[in-house]
Formats: sequence, C-alpha cells, structure tokens
Amino acid sequence: MLVLLRLAFASLKSRAVTTSLTVFSIALSVLLLVGVDRIRQGTQEGFSGTLSQTDLVVGARGGSLPLLLYSVFHIGTASNDISYASYEHFRDHPAVQWTIPFSMGDSHRGYRVVATDDNFYEHYRYHRDHSIAFTDGTRPEGIFEAAIGSEVAQRLGYHVGSKMVLSHGLETVSLLKHADKPFTVVGVLAHTATPVDRTIYITLYGDEAMHIDWQDGTPPAPGEEIPASKIRKEDLHIKDVSAFLVRTRSRVDTLLLQREINTYRNEPLTAIIPALTLQELWSMLGYADVALSLVSGAVLIVGLLAMLIALYTALNERRKEVAVLRAIGFHARQIFILFVMESALISAVGTALGLAAAYVLLWALRSSVEAQFGIPLAMVGISSRVSIYICVVVLAGALLGCVPAIRAYRNGLIDGLNAQ
Amino acid sequence: MSAVHLQNVSFAYERNAPLLQVGELLIEEGERVFLHGPSGSGKTTLLGIVAGVLRATTGSVRVLGKDLSHMSPAARDRHRGAEMGYIFQSFNLIPYLSVRENIALPCHVHARRMKRITASTLDGEVARIAERLDIEEFLHRPVTKLSTGQQQRVAIARAVIGAPRLVIADEPTSSLDRDRQENFLRLLIEVCNEARATLIFVSHDNSLMSRFERHISVSEINRANATQVHSC
Repeated sequence: MLVLLRLAFASLKSRAVTTSLTVFSIALSVLLLVGVDRIRQGTQEGFSGTLSQTDLVVGARGGSLPLLLYSVFHIGTASNDISYASYEHFRDHPAVQWTIPFSMGDSHRGYRVVATDDNFYEHYRYHRDHSIAFTDGTRPEGIFEAAIGSEVAQRLGYHVGSKMVLSHGLETVSLLKHADKPFTVVGVLAHTATPVDRTIYITLYGDEAMHIDWQDGTPPAPGEEIPASKIRKEDLHIKDVSAFLVRTRSRVDTLLLQREINTYRNEPLTAIIPALTLQELWSMLGYADVALSLVSGAVLIVGLLAMLIALYTALNERRKEVAVLRAIGFHARQIFILFVMESALISAVGTALGLAAAYVLLWALRSSVEAQFGIPLAMVGISSRVSIYICVVVLAGALLGCVPAIRAYRNGLIDGLNAQ
Repeated sequence: MSAVHLQNVSFAYERNAPLLQVGELLIEEGERVFLHGPSGSGKTTLLGIVAGVLRATTGSVRVLGKDLSHMSPAARDRHRGAEMGYIFQSFNLIPYLSVRENIALPCHVHARRMKRITASTLDGEVARIAERLDIEEFLHRPVTKLSTGQQQRVAIARAVIGAPRLVIADEPTSSLDRDRQENFLRLLIEVCNEARATLIFVSHDNSLMSRFERHISVSEINRANATQVHSC
C-alpha cells in the first residue's frame, strides 16, 4: 500500500503540469461552491438583518407580509392608519421597552418620506447591533428638517443645507407637491445596506405640518394655504401613524403583547414578529438560492470532467507502465487502486486548496463586501453544506478515477505483459 | 527440480479456437533456453501462461514448484513478482521513477526478493548490480534521459535483483543494434548464471541461438497452430 502511495505521488509529480492544472480546476470549483455558499448564507443573514432587535411590528389590521413590506421595506402602502391614541396606549404599556412610530405617504423624486421621532435614531437596529449613524449633520429637530439616507444623498447629490419639496403620494412625478413647505436637509445617514439608505426621514410634526391645511386628502384651495412660517410645533397635533416597531421587556411579553394587540378592542390592529415574517419572505425568494447552487454545482461538474479527461488522456501513455507494474508482480487490483488513489489525491488536494483560497478571500473581502452590499460574510467554520460538498468532491474524484482505472485493469488483462 | 513443467496445456479465449496446445514442456532449473518461432506462433501466449498472467484453460502448469492452474490471480501475481524477473523488448522502466528506484522496486514490493539480496542494504545491492552491469553512473538520472541500450541494461538489473529463480526475456534485443545485442546477451547470461536463475530467452532472431544450450521452437510444440493452419 505504501509503495502504491509513493508510486501515485511520483506519477502525479512527473505529470506536474497536467496535475497542477487539474488540481487548479478542482480548487476553482470548490472555491466557487464555498464562495456561493457563504454569499448565500450572508445574503440571508443580511436580509433577515434588515431589522434587528425589534420584537413586534404593529399596523392596521391586515396581512403580515404587506405590513412588513411597507413598514420595513417601504414597498406598497398601508391599508389604514393607526390612531395616535392607540399608539400612545401601547407606547406606555408596561411590557414595552421602546417604540418607533412611522408615518408614511409622501415621497421625493421616487424616494419615500418617513416621519418618525427620536426613538428611531436611538433604538433602530439592523444587522444585529448596528445603529443609525450620521456621516454629516444631525437628526432633524425642526418641523421642516429632514435626514436623508446615503443612497438618496448620493443619487440626488444632496448634502446638509439642500432644500427639497416633498410630493404628496408615492409617484415619481407627482401632481401634488408641498411646494409651499420645502424641507431642509440637516443630516445625512451613514450607509446601512438596508432600505434606510433609500429613505428620507422627517419628524412626525413635519408630516403633520405639511398636511395642516389639507382637508380629507385634498390640498387647500388657493388663498387658504397656511404659510410655513406661521406653523409652530405647539399648534400641531399628531393624529395618526402608519405603523410602529415595538421592543418588549422579555420574550414572554412579546407573545402576550402580540395577542393583546391583535385582540385590541378599540381599534383593529395587527402585530407581527418580524423575524418570522422575514423568514417567510426569504423562503419565497428561495429560487435565487437554488439558481446559485445549481450554477456552482455545474462548475463542479466541469472541474471533475476536466480531471477525468486529464486522467483518461494519460492512460494510453501509461499502458506500458501498467504492463511493467504487472510484470513486477502488481496485481490488477493494485493497479486499479493506484489509479483511484491518484484521482483521489488530486481531488483532495484541489479541495483543500479551494477551501483555503475561499477562506483567505472571504477574510480579505468581507469588510468591503459588507460595507458595499450589506452581505455579512461570517467567518464561521465549515458549514454542514460545505462539508457535504467536500465529501462529494473527494468521493466523486475517487469515483471518476475508477473510469480510467477500469480501462487500465482491462488493458492490463488483455495486454498481459506484452504491451509494446 | 524443474523450473517449468507444462502438461497437456491448452489456452483459448473462445471455445473451439485454441491459441495454444502443448503436450509437454519441461525446463529444468538452471537451464538457459532459447525460445523461438515466428510471430503468431503462440510465444506470447506461452509466456503469459508461464508468467501466470494468463490461466491455462486446461492442463497442469507447474512453475518453480507451484501449480499455477490452481492458484488465484493474486497469488499468481505474487508468485511472478517474487520468483521471476521479466524483461520486455522496450519500455521496461517506470518513466517517473529514477533508475535507482526502478531497479529497487521489486524488492519494495516483495519481501522474499528483499531477503535474498547479498549486500547488507538495498542501496548497496542496487549499487553492486549497477556496477556489474556498468550503469552505476546513471543511477540517479531520470529514466527518460537514457539510451535504449542503457535502458535495457537497467531492465536486466531490475529483473535479477533479489535473485529470482526464473528470468524471462521477451525479445529484449530486438530494439538494439548488432554490437549492443552481443554485449547485452553476454551480460544477461552472465548475471543469470551468477544468480543461478533459469533463463528463458525469446527471440525470432536465430543468430543469437548459439549462446544457448537448449532451443525450443514454439511452432513445433504448439499443436494448436498446426490444426489452425489446416482449418484455414
């Protein structure tokens, strides 16, 4: 056996170029498999990390998915608003640690405007424990002040001091503009790789002030507008919010409070646990995951085929070698083992190299990937999926080695000792 | 004792089309036999049976005291490796091993050949044989850098290391020029004598015959060929 192993090594070494090319192609396949696996897991983590440390999302009675979509991803609209009285009731609930109210409905050049309060800057968390930070300026305090997400700032070229006119409704080209009440950018938020980047944040008072002279969803008639300069915070009464986030004091509180909100008599409300709904949403997006896995699987097959071709083409030159080994007293089975051993060695070395390369790359790129795409690439050990890949690659390599091995075995018998 | 004793041996891949039929073939230990015959006469098949690569379809095959017809393929392979040295016409060497490793290989694979070396170490034995065959200067060279004549001498070294009791040389001189043939044959016979090994030398070149004490024509002993010719 030891002799065979030494022969296998020497034989592979003598075909250094083919061997290293084959090892390289297998390493590349494994690198891709592991890379895709990491990115897949990172994407999922990044996605579920869109909102962290929030136990409940509360909105008007409706489906859990639409609620999550409009409150967290700013997709679609709320079916109804929640009265501010109900919001206050739960804000002051003994089981509640903090709440973040959101009021939506306006936009600016395609970007959503979300009215919220200081709790957002204080408590909002994403990707486990990241909080909202500013690259420039401060949180909006005044009625007509706004903070903008990093993408808004970049795309629209806004900076602290820029003025913007918000539009009523969500259309990019809106007919109804709050032209009389422009907002000033006072803060630019740091990049989060979440929907926060594409959002403009104003205060709840600002939202109320924009609509102070509106009646039943229609703008004031000409001459009846109340000029921005005459509006003071004290005059504004917040009437409703679109949704709010809740952090409870304990896990048990979460479930009890969810039940309490869902059965709240004064107003029909829905409370969802965002982690669960995010999970649900991700599983609907699962086909992308499948596609990625299929592509990496195909790459692996190509890599293994390259090895098969390399082993097979070497086979004809090796007929004489097989005859010599038979003459020295090697059994046909030992020659079979020699060939399988060579392919197993190639795939094992290729796999090890690919794994090493994958982890080095992950280590080198993870901070920039996370900053750029919001995909956290955890430097965890080998996941169960990856360890299955490794086993499959080495096993498939050894199995593929059987193909030329069977040929060599047959040739060995046919040629006998007399291959010339 | 006999080195090779074949009785009523026949070999066929297909029924009714025997390639070899031998009534009796007896080669005594220590004999130097010249086996000749035109191509297609059954030389290759006969060698395959003696070496234990092929199994006789019928009859008894005794080689160096063992009945090959009743041994498993693996046991026949072991028997061949431990007791026989084999030299081909060309391409005798494993291309990815050095000359030294090629010569030493049978001793690595077979403990019995390792035990029979006369020097105290395997390296010493390889050096001794290499010196005897005048190839010591190539020992550390890669095989591919050797001329055909040099390769064939390395093949002798590998065949006789560990003193096998039977050396089979299958047309070993046909890729050499006349001068080298003489030289090769002289060396081969000498080292086989020194190792007290039986030598079966196969060739279609009858000019080499004179150096051997016994000549066997395969076409004469193979009755299958005769019947085949008639049937054709």
